[in-house]
Amino acid sequence: MNRLLLAIFALIAAPVLAQSSMPPAPYAYTQLEDPQLEAQAAELMNTLRCLKCQSQSINDSDAPMAGDMRHQVRSRLLAGESPDEIRSWLTARYGDYVSYEPQVSATTWPLFAIPALLLAVVALILLRRLGKARSDSDENTGEGAQ
Amino acid sequence: MRALYFIPLGLFLFFAGLAAYMLTEGRDQTIPSQMIAEPLPDFTLEPALEGMPGVAKSDFIGGEPRLLNIWASWCLPCIAEAPHLDRLKEEGVEIIGIAVRDRPEAVADFLSRYGNPYSRIGSDNISSLMIEIGASGVPETYVIDAEGNIRYQHIGDVRAETVPLLLEQLELAR
Repeated sequence: MNRLLLAIFALIAAPVLAQSSMPPAPYAYTQLEDPQLEAQAAELMNTLRCLKCQSQSINDSDAPMAGDMRHQVRSRLLAGESPDEIRSWLTARYGDYVSYEPQVSATTWPLFAIPALLLAVVALILLRRLGKARSDSDENTGEGAQ
Repeated sequence: MRALYFIPLGLFLFFAGLAAYMLTEGRDQTIPSQMIAEPLPDFTLEPALEGMPGVAKSDFIGGEPRLLNIWASWCLPCIAEAPHLDRLKEEGVEIIGIAVRDRPEAVADFLSRYGNPYSRIGSDNISSLMIEIGASGVPETYVIDAEGNIRYQHIGDVRAETVPLLLEQLELAR
């Protein structure tokens, strides 16, 4: 009976062994001691894109590569780099793809320009309509007074 | 004036069509490195297994352009590319390997099974060199010129048709 139990436990343990690869990078799953720095790290990691997963930030992902990127973020913050420096260090390597914080550039300017343009058009139409309605009603009251 | 009423419908059809096109069209999912034409960073990686030297930037300086192959024993496409790396070695190309998140015994086992085209293999356990050079996965192969500059990146496994391409890029990097 004991042997049977042992065999069953061994079967359960086998997948665990199969998964054993390298331990993660030191700062992949370990927070920084300084809560202020860790808050900066979390904020930055939430806006950095995992390279190996679909639409996840490196803070969301359990991919080993995302862990290694978290290690880079935390250890660089600890070494005194600013979040902006770390972001541009990564975009210098992977391009805009790696950042979830869109920057105005030759390819992204329509993202910022189109909403502004639409708002301007809406404001213009509203002004004209409202202005027209007001002058119409002015005329009406004018007629009513006669 | 009536024609104006069809503008929303037109816009809707445009966006529906765009969405359908983007969904059906095969997209290039690779993330190219922005480090092409940049020098390798200064780095030193420990040997990935006993009996072979580790890798440092100085190993790329002088002589002929070399290949930097990022691989791992746990990576299946790396098995597929092994014979093509052997062919490149037969052509006289020096291939320097970087084993990613790997154990020495697993590396040794892989090499005894699928051959060893490498002159040296460094161990990158936290993807530090990978991130430094803008590599996003395993395997990737880089052409490095004799001054230590990154000249070309091949993403994914090296196939039979990639071999002449890499030889051409190595020639261009001379």
